[in-house]
Amino acid sequence: MKSKIGPSTIIGMLAILVWCLLPIAWIISLSLKPEAETAEGSPQFLPKSWSLENYQAVLEDPLFQRALINSFGISLIATVLSVIFATFAAYAIARLDFRGKRIVLSIALAIAMFPVVSLVGPLFDMWRTLSLYDTWPGLIIPYMSFTLPLAIWTLTAFFREIPWELEQAARVDGATAWQAFRKVIVPLAAPGVFTAAILTFFFAWNDFVFGISLTSTTAARPVPAALAFFVGPDQFNPPTSTLSAAAVVVTIPIIVIVLIFQRKIVAGLTSGAVKG
Amino acid sequence: MSTTTAPRQSEPEVSQRAKQSATARAKAENRLGLRLVAPAVIMMLLVTAYPMGRALYLSLFKYRLSAPDDREFVGLNNYLTVMTDSLWWTDVFNTVVIMVVTVAVELVIGFAFAMVMHRVIFARGVIRTSILIPYGIITVVSAFAWQFAFSLNNGFVNGWLPLVGDDFNWFGDKWPAMIAIMVSEIWKTTPFMSLLLLAGLAQVSEDTIEAAKVDGATWWQRLWKVIIPNMRAAIMVAVLFRALDAYRIFDNIYVMTRGAQDTESVSFLTYRQIIEQFELGMGSALSVLLFLSVLIIAWLLVKAFRVDLASARGEG
Repeated sequence: MKSKIGPSTIIGMLAILVWCLLPIAWIISLSLKPEAETAEGSPQFLPKSWSLENYQAVLEDPLFQRALINSFGISLIATVLSVIFATFAAYAIARLDFRGKRIVLSIALAIAMFPVVSLVGPLFDMWRTLSLYDTWPGLIIPYMSFTLPLAIWTLTAFFREIPWELEQAARVDGATAWQAFRKVIVPLAAPGVFTAAILTFFFAWNDFVFGISLTSTTAARPVPAALAFFVGPDQFNPPTSTLSAAAVVVTIPIIVIVLIFQRKIVAGLTSGAVKG
Repeated sequence: MSTTTAPRQSEPEVSQRAKQSATARAKAENRLGLRLVAPAVIMMLLVTAYPMGRALYLSLFKYRLSAPDDREFVGLNNYLTVMTDSLWWTDVFNTVVIMVVTVAVELVIGFAFAMVMHRVIFARGVIRTSILIPYGIITVVSAFAWQFAFSLNNGFVNGWLPLVGDDFNWFGDKWPAMIAIMVSEIWKTTPFMSLLLLAGLAQVSEDTIEAAKVDGATWWQRLWKVIIPNMRAAIMVAVLFRALDAYRIFDNIYVMTRGAQDTESVSFLTYRQIIEQFELGMGSALSVLLFLSVLIIAWLLVKAFRVDLASARGEG
């Protein structure tokens, strides 16, 4: 590549940085404004006086703690199960010859585009009959269904890149298809599986529709729903600073994951989409 | 071991046996394939196909969850009520406006970002990390950040924008509120768009661009005649995914306006009927209509791009 970095590229880079980070800086700044300052109105970008009181209030709030536990637990379980199911399916799609392959991929694509809200009614009704309403499994099941397509597409793209001669070598040496899968391919596929897991986790962590409609108490209510219902003592003036602090706290895991795994996430997001 | 005693017949017999074992193997592979995809397929259909079928069934009833015993078969009446109600059409209009505007803006900005990321040689990690933050952030958090940014008492937007008075209430009227909603949506999802476009851009060969340059094509001509036609597939995937995603908009509206000032979307209307009004029959009819409208949009987009692709091929 001979392209030189011109001034337009530098301006573009700065534009990207401002675009992505300004709202983050804003919500952090808001979270550092004392609650009294935002209650009076404080339209300037930076706080007049800095304070960590909001973080203390949020982290000591039992409702918020419970929501964090719910979100972590539900998202992690859904991610693990979804990725296991998707690994089997993607292996079969990338590697084996069987009837109905196209149908499976079409189902996955259709579900990726499914309007989630249209399921709220029937699921609300079904979950109440099955006593899954307001429980962890009640959220884990729909999260799995809706993350499977993403995981299957990402993993299929990864699996198509794996040097499969190694699998054949194992088969020649007498391994069964299952042994070849478990002992040879799984270690090779681990990076792809990991990427799919990150994308799946993001989806589950972000969900709001199921979070508000399939829960009613703190028993299973995840973070996004808890944030939306987070109303201070005065219902008409929601506690801006405290809410911002809570928003920052739930964004930290995302930033940590992004910082560590940025390269993998980009590879995962783009491989499935373009080659699929 | 009959092959050793009857050498004359051995050859066809062996090949037939090989064929038999090949088909047996193919059968085994077929079985294993189906067995491996079965759990995922069952899981996906369990929470979509069955409930959707149930929604179709319930949509034929007048059915309030608060009075389940009064369930009554009403045929297609719920659909008739919805389709003749101006609220439905207002919400469809809002949703389509949000979809068209956000996808158009995201396509332009996302493409610009992709071009920049494609050229950047140093600080790639920094750019990649920052672009993934809006992608990964919870939509509800984005909605709150922008709601506060646009708010009358605590927002910086009024102070920063030159033509807007400091006392302008963005959430006091329909279109300003819609703009605020769309800004949050665009901010959060442009990175996803730009990453998909970046992948498409990476597949355009540098040699072709270089050749066009040598032939005297301007930057603009290279963009429209070489780069964009060569990444049609990536653009199509990005637009299709984002358009259908934008049509389902819910989180931003829920947090920022709760549908006030006529900013309701189709998803929000459906949610409100079911969860807040307990109108399961009517809500199911809305669910079915929401599902159908997504199908129609997907069909239209795929069709539009096919035509586009065909005409592009005709040109070449």
